[in-house]
Amino acid sequence: MIELLTFDFMRRALIAAVLVGLAAPAVGTFIVQRRLALLGDGVGHVALTGVALGFLTGTAPVLTAVVVSVLGAVAIELVRSRGRTGGDVALALLFYGGIAGGVLLIGLAPGGSNATLTSYLFGSISSVTELDLWVIGIMAVAVLAVVALFGRELFVLCQDEEVAKASGLPVRFLSLLIAVTAALTVVIAMRVVGLLLVSALMVVPVATSQQLTKGFRATMLLSMAIGVAATVGGLTSAFYADVAPGAAIVLIALAGFGAALALGRFVRRSRTQESAP
Amino acid sequence: MTFVFQMTGGRVTLDRRPVLRGVDLTIAEGEAVAILGPNGSGKSTLVRALLGLVPLSGGTTLLYGVPPARFRDWKRIGYVPQRLTAGGGVPATVREVVLSGRIARQRRWRRTSPEDKAAVADALAAMNLTDRANDPVHALSGGQQQRVLIARALAGQPDVFVMDEPTAGVDAASQRALADILTTLVAKGRTVVLVMHELGPLEPLISRAIVLRDGVVVHDGEPPQAVGVHARPGHDHVHPHGPVERDELLRWTS
Repeated sequence: MIELLTFDFMRRALIAAVLVGLAAPAVGTFIVQRRLALLGDGVGHVALTGVALGFLTGTAPVLTAVVVSVLGAVAIELVRSRGRTGGDVALALLFYGGIAGGVLLIGLAPGGSNATLTSYLFGSISSVTELDLWVIGIMAVAVLAVVALFGRELFVLCQDEEVAKASGLPVRFLSLLIAVTAALTVVIAMRVVGLLLVSALMVVPVATSQQLTKGFRATMLLSMAIGVAATVGGLTSAFYADVAPGAAIVLIALAGFGAALALGRFVRRSRTQESAP
Repeated sequence: MTFVFQMTGGRVTLDRRPVLRGVDLTIAEGEAVAILGPNGSGKSTLVRALLGLVPLSGGTTLLYGVPPARFRDWKRIGYVPQRLTAGGGVPATVREVVLSGRIARQRRWRRTSPEDKAAVADALAAMNLTDRANDPVHALSGGQQQRVLIARALAGQPDVFVMDEPTAGVDAASQRALADILTTLVAKGRTVVLVMHELGPLEPLISRAIVLRDGVVVHDGEPPQAVGVHARPGHDHVHPHGPVERDELLRWTS
């Protein structure tokens, strides 16, 4: 483990991995509770257009990805709250538009090709630059701050939107806040696991955690711990086994889910036996 | 006299279907009002419109004298929806849900205060949920979940309780417990608005009944007596207990 840290790129990659492991499940808990588990995927696909736009305009792709995915997330939220089209259809439209836009724009970019997009689609944590790390760091802090400051209100919102409204909460603002926070998380996680697997880090640790927990706060905290374990564990094993880090991270997370499923069943069974007279 | 709710010519259209067709009503502070009527008569929509949760397509409604969109004093309102919407299955404990009823009284930068904790403990005790406080709500029965929702509203210590079918699926003992609590609250001057299918054990505390049919008020006044009332000529009481009986009642009331 120590030898890992002698490499500059690994140090950067590990910091990014920890930040993503913390931020993605924290937002994911609210997203899953709102039944928007696929929001991360939708935004991820849109972010691809942002990345390509960065290459086309000579701007840092991570910055254009932020702008475009925030716009995409706001669009999803507006469609969802109007309720005209089903949320799932709105997401599907963004999936297609995002990928098509990305592929089209990258072809127009000088020297760009679909291969350029691959490192964003599947992640390339070992090529995280200093600038990437700063952007990831600032956004991760922002995401965690939103969760810490607005967590109470977001909890009410995700439980029941009408009750939130009848409690005087700014429902529209909070809904947009969740969507935008999710978009930022997608961009943070983009370099680590890739846009196609981003959502896994927002959803799988939460799904894992809720097999074992009884409360919302406990679910969130445990899912953040699981998230960090998966990103750091995946990155480390990828380094030694020379496999794709993004895939290793997601597979470790999924293995954790399988284990939690079995364990949770066992725990619940023994709990029922305890409480039986 | 302070009016909590004042609706004038209230109309609501949902999916191009008129649900409320011109409702006039005022509810004053301290009243205990039951809103009765058959399924689909617009009871739930009426209370949601009174709170500004569904937009009016015509008429006006005021909450403590201001339109709901401009109303700011939401800590005075305790809304109990028909059922727990548990979201995507992220667990939440009974205590967490009940504590969320304090949201309108909490400041962003403050942690949960001793008053918050005391109010939650009182609400849990009142709904007989103290020993379930750390259980996940989705593990509870429908009636127990209903009690959690009522406890959430109690925890907020509002002046007005708006409850949408609070006794649906709740066992008789809990209904009586709810009746006792509401009686105490009414005695303290709280306003209670209950959407109900039947008055049941809550009947003694109700001072006024509003009966809706097809989106209009067909009775507003004395609560209808539970027995023998259907035979009284000219009475607009709609009091469905089951589909067969409802049909019979509709024949009586049309």
